[in-house]
Amino acid sequence: MLLTNDQPTPATTMKMPQKVLLLGSGALKIGEAGEFDYSGSQALKALKEEGIFTILINPNIATVQTSEGVADKIYFLPVTPFFVEKVIRKEKPDAILLAFGGQTALNCGVALYQSGVLEKYNVRVLGTPVQAIIDTEDRELFVRKLDEIQVKTIKSQAVETVEDARRAAAGLGYPVIIRAAYALGGLGSGFCDNEQELDALAEKAFAFSPQVLIEKSLKGWKEIEYEVVRDRFDNCITVCNMENFDPLGIHTGESIVVAPSQTLTNNEYHKLRELAIRIVRHIGIVGECNVQYAFDPDSEDYRVIEVNARLSRSSALASKATGYPLAFVAAKLGLGYGLFDLKNSVTKVTSAFFEPALDYVVCKIPRWDLGKFRGVDRELGSSMKSVGEVMAIGRTFEEALQKGIRMIEQGMHGFVGNRELEIPDIDKALHEPTDKRIFVISKAMRAGYTIDQIHDLTKIDRWFLQRLMHIVHTMQALEQQAIGTPDMDAAGIDPELIRTAKKQGFSDFQIARALGFERFTTPEEAMRIIRQWRKKHGITPVVKQIDTLAAEYPAQTNYLYLTYSGSADDVHYTGDHKSIIVLGSGAYRIGSSVEFDWCGVQALNTIRREGYRSVMINYNPETVSTDYDMCDRLYFEELTFERVMDIIELENPHGVIVSTGGQIPNNLALRLADCHVNILGTSAESIDNAEDRDKFSAMLDRIGVDQPEWSALTNMDDVNAFIRKVGFPVLVRPSYVLSGAAMNVCSNQEELERFLQLAANVSKKHPVVISQFIENAKEVEMDAVAQHGEIIAYAISEHIEYAGVHSGDATIQFPPQKLYVETVRRIKRISRQIARELDISGPFNIQYLARENDIKVIECNLRASRSFPFVSKVLKINLIDLATKVMLGLPVEKPHKSLFDLDYVGVKASQFSFNRLQKADPVLGVDMASTGEVGCIGDDSAAAILTAMLSVGHRIPKHNILLSTGAAKHKADMLDAARLLAKKGYKLFATGGTSRFLTDNGVENTLVYWPSESGQPQALDMLHRKEIDMVVNIPKDLTSGELSNGYKIRRAAIDLNIPLITNARLASAFINAFCTIDMEQIAIKSWDEYK
Amino acid sequence: MQQNTPASLRLENGTIFQGKSFGYEKSVAGEVVFNTAMTGYPESLTDPSYSGQILVLTYPLIGNYGVPADQIKNNISMFYESEKIHVRGVIISDYSFEYSHWNAAKSLSDWLKEQKIAGMYGVDTREITRILREQGSMNGCLQMESEAPIPFDDPNAVNQVDVVSCREVIRYGNGSKKVVLVDCGVKHNILRCLLKRDVTILRVPWNYDFSTLQYDGLFISNGPGNPDHCEAAVAHIRAAMNADKPIFGICMGNQLLSKAGGAKIYKLKYGHRGHNQPVRMLNSNRCFITSQNHGFAVDDKTLGSEWEPLFVNMNDGTNEGIRHKSKPFFSAQFHPEASSGPTDTEFLFDNFVELMH
Repeated sequence: MLLTNDQPTPATTMKMPQKVLLLGSGALKIGEAGEFDYSGSQALKALKEEGIFTILINPNIATVQTSEGVADKIYFLPVTPFFVEKVIRKEKPDAILLAFGGQTALNCGVALYQSGVLEKYNVRVLGTPVQAIIDTEDRELFVRKLDEIQVKTIKSQAVETVEDARRAAAGLGYPVIIRAAYALGGLGSGFCDNEQELDALAEKAFAFSPQVLIEKSLKGWKEIEYEVVRDRFDNCITVCNMENFDPLGIHTGESIVVAPSQTLTNNEYHKLRELAIRIVRHIGIVGECNVQYAFDPDSEDYRVIEVNARLSRSSALASKATGYPLAFVAAKLGLGYGLFDLKNSVTKVTSAFFEPALDYVVCKIPRWDLGKFRGVDRELGSSMKSVGEVMAIGRTFEEALQKGIRMIEQGMHGFVGNRELEIPDIDKALHEPTDKRIFVISKAMRAGYTIDQIHDLTKIDRWFLQRLMHIVHTMQALEQQAIGTPDMDAAGIDPELIRTAKKQGFSDFQIARALGFERFTTPEEAMRIIRQWRKKHGITPVVKQIDTLAAEYPAQTNYLYLTYSGSADDVHYTGDHKSIIVLGSGAYRIGSSVEFDWCGVQALNTIRREGYRSVMINYNPETVSTDYDMCDRLYFEELTFERVMDIIELENPHGVIVSTGGQIPNNLALRLADCHVNILGTSAESIDNAEDRDKFSAMLDRIGVDQPEWSALTNMDDVNAFIRKVGFPVLVRPSYVLSGAAMNVCSNQEELERFLQLAANVSKKHPVVISQFIENAKEVEMDAVAQHGEIIAYAISEHIEYAGVHSGDATIQFPPQKLYVETVRRIKRISRQIARELDISGPFNIQYLARENDIKVIECNLRASRSFPFVSKVLKINLIDLATKVMLGLPVEKPHKSLFDLDYVGVKASQFSFNRLQKADPVLGVDMASTGEVGCIGDDSAAAILTAMLSVGHRIPKHNILLSTGAAKHKADMLDAARLLAKKGYKLFATGGTSRFLTDNGVENTLVYWPSESGQPQALDMLHRKEIDMVVNIPKDLTSGELSNGYKIRRAAIDLNIPLITNARLASAFINAFCTIDMEQIAIKSWDEYK
Repeated sequence: MQQNTPASLRLENGTIFQGKSFGYEKSVAGEVVFNTAMTGYPESLTDPSYSGQILVLTYPLIGNYGVPADQIKNNISMFYESEKIHVRGVIISDYSFEYSHWNAAKSLSDWLKEQKIAGMYGVDTREITRILREQGSMNGCLQMESEAPIPFDDPNAVNQVDVVSCREVIRYGNGSKKVVLVDCGVKHNILRCLLKRDVTILRVPWNYDFSTLQYDGLFISNGPGNPDHCEAAVAHIRAAMNADKPIFGICMGNQLLSKAGGAKIYKLKYGHRGHNQPVRMLNSNRCFITSQNHGFAVDDKTLGSEWEPLFVNMNDGTNEGIRHKSKPFFSAQFHPEASSGPTDTEFLFDNFVELMH
């Protein structure tokens, strides 16, 4: 570069588009979750500010971005080239954004570009050019591109003889990885440390494949990421770098991640930073991108792993970690702005061209729900299995990590002080990490392993381990002070020790446990004593701001966290009682995700509009509710009782809303109320009366509402006696747990015992409720808002599957299409009775069973449910807005329209991520298994079902369908659908019983054989040869042996990416839909066009 | 393992922060300044521009990667920015008693003790920063509790450049172009950056009259404190300008060149110290993230008519560099040599060397 300020630069003015299409990411799935709601919402906000008309395609109806007022037009349609082209043809946008909807949007955009659609309709791609995206996505192009600027990538060499393998390995340097080319499932691959090992392994690999790939092994290297922003004037910044706690080999989505990096020297940090900028300039990114490195722990050697030319999970994390709104800025840069044109949105006065300086450390921890999947491989590796994540902020690593462990909400109190895990072989568990990895380290440290030993087995940098060891030492110091009396002063507890513990992120519970309080009092009482004692000794947390500049500039930022490493608050509290605190929903998990984020954001909006100060507490970096623009104050903090009370004591709020964040805040209601916190809306006592099955059922009996026969039981003998009376199947429900253990069907003794064990782990204080399971019953949901016990608005929706499929996995249609009027009337009447009896003020949900006109209540939650955004958007009445007004004590009117007025149908379908969960049986029933959902609208039920099923990844089959339709009842249920398929000209293949049944009923089919049978053709072979376009496999009963025939077929369908349906009623509905409507006939109508 | 000698920071405005010592146990007084960088403590502590100052690091976790062993090769430190630590004291929030890095030879604590430099941890460094931001840089005492209170000391009262500059001419390298480097407290990465560009360096004391030396270009280094103490250097620079040979200045060098060009210097409220300072090249769309460490700034409105600003700070609009309108003289207030910090502007060294051809 020359020292001149008059060289040519790109034109300063760029034509501003008038109408922009943004592609969303669809349903939440493993690897593609809420972060894209956040990035899409930010982008839409950035466009809106410019007065640009925005169109959004995203079938994920539970997102904030698909709410009224975020985009000008919203299409609940699949993000696939077919549908996007139709929307383009209709809307004629002049530009498109591809970088804000994850890999789904990116792939779709690249396909539209390559097929010439974008050019045909004259749609300009804003931001990074498509060719640059292709250069990063295509491995070969990518390596070549980086070679051009002398940047090292991970390369593999293809060889065909052992001699060539040796030569290649010698060139790369040991250790190397060997992979057999074209072999699925890692057959014939492994690590070699020397030529001897290479010879042995190469020979084996050549047995599987004529070609073998040799690659340098970087196992144990550090994994480092940079988030880079570039404008079209070639100005570049790195907003944040991040370091994985776990070394290379574990997917970054599975790793604990810290920001900024902790173990890099200045030289290393800036070497990688300079490379990142060089790469981003060379590729030609305009907007945001992420560069991932492998970094040698013993030198400054590195390799670039990959570049993501789009907003990503990491960029969402980086935005939250730094306060730098990456998606917002990226959208502005796509419009043609330079970074110098934009302001830092935290300070409002300094430039957006800067790199945030952090004065805290953040720690991201993944949340897994592997316990919900049968047979799943628990070992962490190169593919992502976690379903959510948390971000914790502290001024020590220990503080951030321990906060984070509590935030993942899996019953752990921190790094220490937990129920002991049983680990038979610690060495093995350290060496082969699973989702329990961090607790294995804790156990090893307490078992006397040295830092070096753990480092050797895990390759985790010693610095992290040293820090973890501090926590163990502090725990041991506390244990040495164990007391026998609640009087901590008399027992001589050293305040400095407690202060140290708090600085290391110990909760009062951990301290209580270490000091031995459990021997003489309850945990709640112990925590109360410690809290009071701490306050007396001045050991309280302080509030600090996240201001992007480490306090260098005054910032009126409302983005806050609490820490014990500090002596003064950044915030001045006026004590005006004008705050309303909304408790968020925490980490996304199976059973609680973006839908509760939507609820929280709607509550915040209403609170603001009504003139109160809106305050959010939440810690999930993938959410919109943790965007500091969404509220007047954001505490990026734990939702534990202790921390929520800390914040309440600082804020002195008018009240707290616990009913829009799912089960976590709901569970806090009673304890908060005990501390005289003003719970807005329905009283904590009523919440408890609904949550406690015993109290709730007693109430139903009292008001004469029917329920399945049930009993609250605490031991196996009573359970068995009860089941002898009602018979299998039974419903098993532990209290106070949202999903997985919320409502489960057990059809035999083995299942029952397995589930009860699971249930006992999550809920000790409340007995397990077992009730009779009514087969072939419809399940109906009532979502409603009441005021002082009177229902103001409601939505009744109907499951397509019969009861027995977890309500979170079921396909739901609203308004109901096949319910008797009498059923609806009865449901309304019962709901009114319950609302009155519990004196509900706010949102609630009741689940019903309906057979004939016999109605039974399954359960009732006095909070918003998973289906609130879906029914609110289909009904076009914002139930949370209404509920929030009720909770604020404002007058509300009953809406003028009801579900009976709707001339269209909404269908909510579930998204499964079985393809990520190796070996898991993709069958529904016992535990909730879906990771996300979509909601689509159609002029009739079939159109809505078809669109919804296509949105969750199903495809209309072309020719061949494999049927195994289970028990006689299901076979009969499926007969009409099978006839329809045959009539439409589909070729049916069926396994033994099904084939016989179809033939007997005159449906032409070809018999295929189960894996355990010897005949030809084999069903599995047909799947492997991709001769089957769709599999309908209905399990005979709810038992699922891992090695059964059905499992093999189902698993093969998932692994080979062949659409699979395992429920007869859903299969019939879907088949009926695609046999009666053609894809071309699906109406391309935006949300507002359904009137 | 954890040491617990109590220490405190007493600021001129009366505020006291209690913490614990982790360095050499001797009370010190100096000007308290903060730096917002997240990496690079070995580089910062050995930067001569910090002479006389007590440095507060806003990033809370310090000491993580230890300190590399010092090796001086051909009068240049391998890993540091000078031969020794120049800060009078260092104040942090969370000290890493253990460290982890392949290139580390000792802990930060051991290094401080070895060099007899005070250090304190366990204090709210963000709060100190807020006070300095609101009330401006001020003097302070890092006080060991075991010692009698010591008085404040204003390092700007003396010529800090004279404290850190070399005492005699030192020659480096054997490149084709010869550069006279006026040493106001030069960081060794400036030497490294020049040497790798085929340059011979004649490093001269700050007040040395280099007019008798043969050279192709003049470089004026960074340095500590108030530039108004350095009139002797300004006079030499002004004389050198008659020769029309290329001149390049960094940090203090920018201020001295500006003074030679007629401008006035003023003290910033709390200075720029960090790795994230954005600058823009004037009349262009080119922006750079820079490493900075200065408490004084050039008032570019007072520049002579032959001069113009070259860079401006995008946050507060202060001057970040100047150039002569017709002659090959230019300077940067920031640190193109980085170390520590971002390396975006190293091309300025290329520009300087090109001008000598």
